This record gives sequence, C-alpha cells and structure tokens, in this order.
Amino acid sequence: MDPSKTTVVVGMSGGVDSSVTAQLLKEQGYNVIGIFMKNWDDTDEFGVCTATEDYEDVRLVAEQIGIPYYSVNFEREYYDRVFKYFLEEYEKGRTPNPDVMCNKEIKFKAFLDHAMKLGADYVATGHYARVEHDGDSVTMLRGVDNNKDQTYFLNQLSKDQLSKVMFPLGHMEKSEVRALAHEYDLATKDKKDSTGICFIGERDFKEFLSGYLPANPGRMINLDTGEDMGSHDGLMYYTIGQRQGLGIGGEGGPYFVAGKNLKENELYVVSQYENESLYSTRLTASDVNFINDVGDTFDCTAKFRYRQKDVPVTVHKNDDGTIEVVFDGPARAVTPGQAVVLYDGDVCLGGATIDTVYNEEKVLEYLG
Amino acid sequence: MSVYVDYASTTPFDKEIMEKVMAGADVFGNPSSIHRVGKDAKAKLQAHRTRIAESINAKPKEIIITSGATEANNLAIKGTAGRHEKPHMITTDIEHASVRTTYQDLSEQYDVTFLKASENGLIDVDDLKKSLQSNTVLVSIMLVNNETGSIQPVYEIAKVLKDHQALFHIDAVQAFGHMEVNVHALGADMLTLSGHKIYGPKGIGMLYLREGTKLSAQITGGSHELSRRAGTENTMWVEALALAMEKADSKRAARSLKEMQLKERFLNELTAEEIPFEVNGDVNRQASHIVNLHFPWSEAEFLLTALDMTGVYVSAGSACNAGTVQPSHVIQAMYGDEERALKSIRFSFSHLMEEEDILEIVSQLKAIYERLYGN
Repeated sequence: MDPSKTTVVVGMSGGVDSSVTAQLLKEQGYNVIGIFMKNWDDTDEFGVCTATEDYEDVRLVAEQIGIPYYSVNFEREYYDRVFKYFLEEYEKGRTPNPDVMCNKEIKFKAFLDHAMKLGADYVATGHYARVEHDGDSVTMLRGVDNNKDQTYFLNQLSKDQLSKVMFPLGHMEKSEVRALAHEYDLATKDKKDSTGICFIGERDFKEFLSGYLPANPGRMINLDTGEDMGSHDGLMYYTIGQRQGLGIGGEGGPYFVAGKNLKENELYVVSQYENESLYSTRLTASDVNFINDVGDTFDCTAKFRYRQKDVPVTVHKNDDGTIEVVFDGPARAVTPGQAVVLYDGDVCLGGATIDTVYNEEKVLEYLG
Repeated sequence: MSVYVDYASTTPFDKEIMEKVMAGADVFGNPSSIHRVGKDAKAKLQAHRTRIAESINAKPKEIIITSGATEANNLAIKGTAGRHEKPHMITTDIEHASVRTTYQDLSEQYDVTFLKASENGLIDVDDLKKSLQSNTVLVSIMLVNNETGSIQPVYEIAKVLKDHQALFHIDAVQAFGHMEVNVHALGADMLTLSGHKIYGPKGIGMLYLREGTKLSAQITGGSHELSRRAGTENTMWVEALALAMEKADSKRAARSLKEMQLKERFLNELTAEEIPFEVNGDVNRQASHIVNLHFPWSEAEFLLTALDMTGVYVSAGSACNAGTVQPSHVIQAMYGDEERALKSIRFSFSHLMEEEDILEIVSQLKAIYERLYGN
C-alpha cells in the first residue's frame, strides 16, 4: 500500500489520542483528513454547545499537522441506535454498554460509511487495539498497553468493518502517546482524558438518567436474611456487585448489590464481598459476533467487564445463534447487558451481550 | 483549481476601495473633537455619509452607522419595541437570524406575529393585512431572502402599511447591488445594509431611519449618530462603506446580469449532466446572485465536505460552533420538511466568477454523484 495514494479519515475527538493518531499517519505519508463527530446535542450553563471546545481543539491540531478537518453530525443516528438502546436496557434492569453500541453503529458504521463516501480508503481512530490486515485476512489484537486495551469495546466489529480500519496507537503505551504529543507540541498534549459515558460527561449519572426514565423507589432486601434494609431509589440506578451509594453501611456491612426483582421492584443486597450469591459459573449471551470463523465448541479466555482480568472459559455455540460460556471457576458480579468478550491469547475473537447468568444449574434470576 | 461560490456569506474587500481608504488614513481625528484635527475628520465623515445617503435616495441625517447589519436590525427592532407599552409586531419565519432571533426573544415579553412563507419562498400580503392590529407598531420584512434569494413583495406591503401607524423595517442586506434599493420607492421607515456583502469591509453597516421617526438607542454613551448610536465613528470604514455602495450601485446592471447568466448556466449544466436537483422556491422571483438547490440524493453536510475537499466552497443552512450544519430554517419554513432542509445547498454567485468556475462546480458535483450512484 502506497501511503501517498491512500486516504485515511481520522475520527478526531479533540483528545490527545486521536491527535497523535492523525500526526502519526500524516508523518507516514498518508493523505490524512480529520473529521469530528458530533453525536450529542448539549449546551452548558452559558448556552454554549459543549462540543465547541473539543472541535476547537480539533481545529488547532489539524492546523498544526496541516490536514483538512471537518465535522459531521450523527445526533439522530446516535439517538436512534445507541441512546434508545441504552434506555431500553436500563428499563429492563440491565446494565448496558453504550460504548460498545457506539462503536458498532456510529464510529464504525455511520462514520465509516461517511468516510468511504468521501473517498477514504481507511478510517483510523485513537483506540488502543491492533488490527492486522494480511491479504483478505483480518485480525484484531489487544493493544500492547494492557491497562488501556480497548478491544472490549470493539468486540462487535465485523471482519468487513475491521478491514477498513487502522488503529495506529495499538502498538504503543499510553505514556508514549503522551510523550509524542509533547514532542510534537500538539495543542492537546496536556488535555485530560475524558472519562465516563460521553453523553453524560461530568454530570451525576442518577440525575441524568432520571431525566429520561421515571425513577421508581422500592424496598431493599437482604437476600440472605430476608431483612428489609430500607428503600432504594429505583432499580435502574444499581448494577450487580455495586457497593457505593446504597445508603447502608455500618453493622454487618459492607453490602453489595446481588440482584434485582423487576416485578416486585425489589433490590437485593448481600453482605461480604465474597458472598456466594455474587458468583456464577456460566452464562448465555446473544448478539454474537465472531470476527473470524471459530469452532462450535472451543476453549479461550473471556472478559465480562472492561479492564477485568481474563478468565479461562469454554464456549459452546447454540443452534439459535446464542452462545453459552462456561467458566473454569466461579466469577464474581457477571452482569446482564454487559459484553462478554473472548480472546485467544492476544487475539480478540469477538463477543456477545450477556443475557442470563447461572450458578451451576441455578439461574440467577434476580440478575436482571 | 478552487471556486468560491458563497458570495451571499461574504464578499472579498474590493482592493481599489481598500487602497483609497488607506490613502486617507492620515485624517485620523475624532469627529467629535472641536479642534481642527477633529473637524477635518468630521468633514470627511459627513461627506461619506452624504454619499451613503444618496446611494439609497435618503438624507444624510437619516443614516445611522452601525457595526454591521446585525446591530442595525437589533437597533431597529428593540429601539422601536421599547418605546411602546403593549406593542404588537409582525415579521416572517424566513428572516435572517439577526431579525428572527431578536423577535423570538422579544416574543416572551411582547406580542409578535410570524408570517409564514409558502413553498415559493414568499410571504402572502393578505396574511399581513389580516395580522395588522390597532397596536401594531412595527413590521420587519426582508427584501431578498439570504438563503433562497426570494424577493419579497415589499412594494405591495408598503402600500398596505401606508395608512397604518406601523413602521416598515426592511432588511435589504442581500438586495443592495443586485436590485434597486430606493428607500422612498420601497416605502421604508427603516432599512438595513451591510458593508461586507457588497465588497466592502466586515464590521460596518447602517440603518436608514426616516426623518422624524422615533427610535431608542441601544448603545449609549454619547451623542454620536444623532444620539441613536454611541461610540466614536469608524471614519475609515464609513468611507469604505460609502465607496462600496457607490460602486455596487453604479455597476449594478452589469454585475447582476452576469450573476444571472452564471446562475442560468449553472442550472442548465446540472440538467445537462443529469444531476438530480430541484430549485427551492420560485426561480423566477429570486435575486440574481442566489439559488438554493435541493439535492434529494445527499445530505448537505456530506456534500459540503466532499465539495470542500475538491476546492468548491459553498454553504448550507447555518453552521454550529462545532462545525456541523444546522438545517436551514428557511427551507423548513417553506416546505415544512426537515429532510428537505438537510438536503439543500445555497450557491451564491458574483460578477467575479467566470463560466469555467461554473463548469468546475458542476464537474465536481458530477464526480461526487457518480462516486455515490455511478457504476
């Protein structure tokens, strides 16, 4: 591939990672175009669109590097394909992962399409993951920075999507990226990394969610003793394994969320971190995506949450398109709605959305 | 090759005018000073004011110099509304943001009627007649719409308002230089113009205020501009405005003819190349330099980016601070259709363009269209 004849559209967020991504590709001689995605319409207390500052950083960096830059609005697509799903999952008592959906539907679908229509050969982002193209074969590998690896959020990408993607930062440590930003004196070199869900930003999660879904307070019950532990603010505000924000502590504590009963609107809590009710041994999952072909039954490792350590598992494909994942040992706080992502060494095989969690034969029916 | 085809957004500052203005920079005095240096500046300022007034058939004392048309529109509207106890005011839903937003803000406090434009881009004079009330104090309607170029029936409106107390405020920013702007013929009580749309500099504009019309200053701090607008006069830019107005007016016939020819050529080429499009509004009732096209096959945001990448500079709707395109409120108002607004682009021409520019725009559009839908 001749870089000078290859057009790469970089998804620029105004952060340090995508800034360095653009700089690296430009330096390698690619024809680089920066595009800022506006996915959420929000204004601050002064009535200024919150994306303004980030776009201003895109402008500064693009002018520094010497690449054209543009903006594209995916507010409608984001609302329809990511935000609605996000709310629906919470309504079902599950804990969704909007970043996984955003990658699948927006960054590597709507945005990728937009870039291809503009004549791009590839789309690049500042994700910490590696993608290797070799003829027709495509593999995705973990980013070499273990602490930053983002393959968890990219597990739903198809081979077709990945064949048009570059992740130049996958081979680097975050600290190297920062150092490079300083070396090039990029305008975003000292910008703080964004945290949390993009559309919520720095706001209080509870307050944000209550603006869209009615909160329905109910009782909080000790799953082991049946004791009434007081009231909860609404089941959607809690996730399995959660310790903070329960409003109970002191004697017998600390307490952890062990389940939800949507019908009775009850929140179940247990004491002790290692309480048996928090552990499961297998799960079933849907929205299954395998980047490359795999067998019907195979051994690999899995993550049930971002940044969690891998656990060894056995995967069985079911006839209905779902998968069953059996853990070698019990795992704690596996949560419906989150992604289960599968790995063979450094290779990310794909992933799915966790639907039902079991402890041996027993369905943890309160987990949902 | 690159082509700028966005002259309704702004025009380049005419170098001949720029040089003339710079040559007079030695006269630097404050026109309010009573010494000789101030008086020299005052003399120049008033001479420029006279030339400005003559360009629109007004008197020098009827001209209020402002920082631009946005300020002039704000002054006309707020300066009138604030003088009345319970005023009713009338405007349209296709005005420029400086008029529309000002009225939207005032509508929280006062009674404001927004007349609706129909698919031809025009206001119905009967709607205006029906909307007039005994307490209507102001009617603001633009002469040429900045997004579609549609020419509003201001002469008929003036007739309707002749026997009514309401003041008639005309935003003529997109009209001047492309059609006749004569404040008496138009029946205007107030009229706004901008420098940078007519090859003058940015940061200068004016409000015509008919002699004897009361208006409250919005910027206070001195008796400049007959106490209607405080602040030391920008004498150099006033000269630039005067020269730009004179030149635009004297060359109006030739320039608008050329614009019309370019526009016609553009539409004919698009048709010949089989690029699907529809003209927004009635093409026969639009100013010479603007045409707004609906491309059912692509969102404007995509087309603007794709065209910019090939060096064709054009615009659509309004830009948000994050660089994305907000669908045009004018197209939405005309068609009641957000989808159409999202897929519409304004092309605005200039006598500075040549036929080869038109061919370049069309060939780039054709390349994009074929990339998306071709074989």
